[in-house]
Amino acid sequence: MDKPMTTVELPDIEGRQTFLAEVQERCGENLGLCYQCLKCTVGCPTAPYMDFNPNTIVRLIQFGLKREVLESNAIWLCVSCETCGTRCPNEIDIGLLMDALREMSLEEGYRAKEKGVVALHNAFMESIRRGGRVHEATMLMEYKLRSGDYWTDLIPGMKLFMKGKIPLLPGRIKGIDSIREIYKKTQKQRKVLEDREGKSK
Amino acid sequence: MNRFGVFVCHCGLNIAGTVDVKAVSREIGEIEDVSHSEDYIYMCSDPGQLLIRNAVREKGLDGVVVACCSPTMHEVTFRKAVESEGLNPYVCEIANIREQCSWVHQGDKERATAKAREIIRSVLEKLRGNEVLETLAMPLTKRALVIGGGIAGITASIDLADSGYEVILVERQPSIGGRLDQLSLTFPHLDDARCILGPKKAEIANNPNIRVMPYCEVEEVKGFIGNFDVRIRRKPTYVDWDKCTACGVCLEKCPVESLSDFERGLTTRKAIYTGALSENSGKPVIDPIHCRHLVDGTCTICQEVCPEGAIRYDQGEELLEERVGAIVVATGYDLFPMEKIGEYGYGRIPDVIDGLAFERMLSPSGPTGGEIRRPSDGRIPQEVVFIQCVASRDPERYMPYCSRVCCMYTAKQAKLLKQKIPNSQPYIFFMDVRTDSKGYEEFLQGAIEEEELIYLRGRVARVFREGDRVRVWGEDTLTNRKVELDADMVVLATAVVPSEGIKDIAARLRATVDKHGFLTEAHIKLYPVESPTKGIFLAGCGQGPKDITDTVAQASATASKIQSLFSQDALLQDPLVAFVDPEICSGCGICVQVCPYEAREMDEYRGISKVHEALCQGCGACIAACPNNACELRNSKAVQVFGMMETFAEGAEGSLADG
Repeated sequence: MDKPMTTVELPDIEGRQTFLAEVQERCGENLGLCYQCLKCTVGCPTAPYMDFNPNTIVRLIQFGLKREVLESNAIWLCVSCETCGTRCPNEIDIGLLMDALREMSLEEGYRAKEKGVVALHNAFMESIRRGGRVHEATMLMEYKLRSGDYWTDLIPGMKLFMKGKIPLLPGRIKGIDSIREIYKKTQKQRKVLEDREGKSK
Repeated sequence: MNRFGVFVCHCGLNIAGTVDVKAVSREIGEIEDVSHSEDYIYMCSDPGQLLIRNAVREKGLDGVVVACCSPTMHEVTFRKAVESEGLNPYVCEIANIREQCSWVHQGDKERATAKAREIIRSVLEKLRGNEVLETLAMPLTKRALVIGGGIAGITASIDLADSGYEVILVERQPSIGGRLDQLSLTFPHLDDARCILGPKKAEIANNPNIRVMPYCEVEEVKGFIGNFDVRIRRKPTYVDWDKCTACGVCLEKCPVESLSDFERGLTTRKAIYTGALSENSGKPVIDPIHCRHLVDGTCTICQEVCPEGAIRYDQGEELLEERVGAIVVATGYDLFPMEKIGEYGYGRIPDVIDGLAFERMLSPSGPTGGEIRRPSDGRIPQEVVFIQCVASRDPERYMPYCSRVCCMYTAKQAKLLKQKIPNSQPYIFFMDVRTDSKGYEEFLQGAIEEEELIYLRGRVARVFREGDRVRVWGEDTLTNRKVELDADMVVLATAVVPSEGIKDIAARLRATVDKHGFLTEAHIKLYPVESPTKGIFLAGCGQGPKDITDTVAQASATASKIQSLFSQDALLQDPLVAFVDPEICSGCGICVQVCPYEAREMDEYRGISKVHEALCQGCGACIAACPNNACELRNSKAVQVFGMMETFAEGAEGSLADG
């Protein structure tokens, strides 16, 4: 492991147990089941770029190190490919956990270390709200507007468009009403997140 | 003229790949007194044995040599085969042409073949001097001695007594029960230790075949399998147990207190005490080191208060002689003393305790009535650190072996901690978690899931006092983080070591121990409950660390070995032992000194040495030591051995020589 060894002093027991309970409540996963086999980390395509490996994130939550977890870039670099959750012998869905941690991080006002990542997150979520699934063209446009970064990846984007990889019109899905219902239920939360975006760009 | 048969085995290609077995068989067949010679692919197989039996019967053979593997493998097989045809088994000899020829001379077929032939020729020479011998039958005392009254000794005693044999159960503590008496709940089903032990104790008490001898030690053991003469020392209890009614008044009134071993130093006991203090049912003994009367005669309180007048300050020790046929050594274990472990506070930090002390805390009959409290201030702890592999798996400084029970009892203790104190947090530092028995892994996973135990992989570097808490410096190697935390209490899963005095007991029994003091077995797989010394059987942690399940299984295995021994009318013994020519023996006694089995003794009346045939293992030490060649080994007499050497030397001059 090339990540440096650091010393951690455990916070008081109440703080620790509250953070663990909160995370478990949000993601619905039982993190007590983790026996640190590291299978999530070895399969993770983005773990080499993370400041903490997925298994370390679980352990840090058990330790109650809220700040380290919610400030880490690991939660933002997770691409939700679900390799970890599929392979976990204890059926802990780390993808769900990372989702929950991202939301918690925004709610509590932590700044994401990665540039533009929050804008992408929100553009993605909005795209789904509109059509029930991601529509690349509008999502990318929204991202550009949100982030103010108009020029990066413009040429590869054009090439993809020329090859027909970025369709102009969004597709429709059957369950769009249910998706809208979900968004409606979590609207209040989403509002908070939108507000945070400006600060953490 | 002899009528010998020689049978050359191919052992697949093990022998035939290197030795020209057909040629050997043909050449040996030409020897004058060999009337039958043949080879076969596997002599030890049923058809192979049938070849031998048919030849013995049809050709009227009076001696057989099987040229095959080592006699430790199949000597018994072939001797039984010839015996079934009415031939004496001791005129069947093995010529080892596998381990001592084909395996070591691969690639030199010509000379390996010559050597195989010479080995067979020399064994034929030995066979010419063999006598017809009868198996020795020795008398057998069908009574067993069990040393140690823990769950191992208790189980072995009950099994033996139930099959009708008398048992003497010797325990050095004032009452039986052993370590199991100190435990709270047991893994993996959380049965109460008392519910396991209670019925067993009752069975012992009600079984007329079992004689329990508490507060006794084995002083001396003489004799051999089937007939051991044992001297047992009954230590003075200073209490007449026949009069004592175990009312407990003396325990209340005794003014002297000292730390209780049974309670692992968590509380005190009086100078007059019972074995299992918590139980308060056994009859008491007086501790001569702390009792004021026995030290300087200044106190007689217990004598004054005893309503039965049972106190006997002048009681001396008693020596009892018993004859038994087999001995079970079930001496149990201790925990490695914390006082020797510097980095964990040398046993000086009161809130650092060992696993057994924590068991006492968990036990409803323990010093805290089952409540977990810090020994320093009685506060209920919240954060408790458990450290596994303390002094185990540490070959440089302590014990190299795995103590086997710690992983499971730590998981159990952490679970019980969490159940008793729901807002507590157990941390467990481990190297590996070994849950290698039925239901153990499931227990562990269940405990982690339900009780939110935090397992940290790494050894703890240091434990020291910081204010009123205990600071722990450890590491979580799986997340590559050093961990520092303040704990209220630390529980050390210290190594299981053999109980004190095991080496003395082993020496008295002529049993062997390994370098850590654990009793050694005759063979780890073939004879796992037998000591190399015949008639001595092993059960429980004295042989090696093990849990209750394995201990009970081993104790029952031991009992069944003894049952099969006792089921015989007499003890049968190989007659290939030493004997003395009374005409030559000068009575110098050198053989008595060199015999490792105490099988040699001076016949005071005749002034010569004699052999205890039941004890003799035929090792030959006395034969080599005898200055007059008065000692001989049956069927390996000097004349036979020299004959073999001469035969071999002749061969070496001829075909075996270089070039």
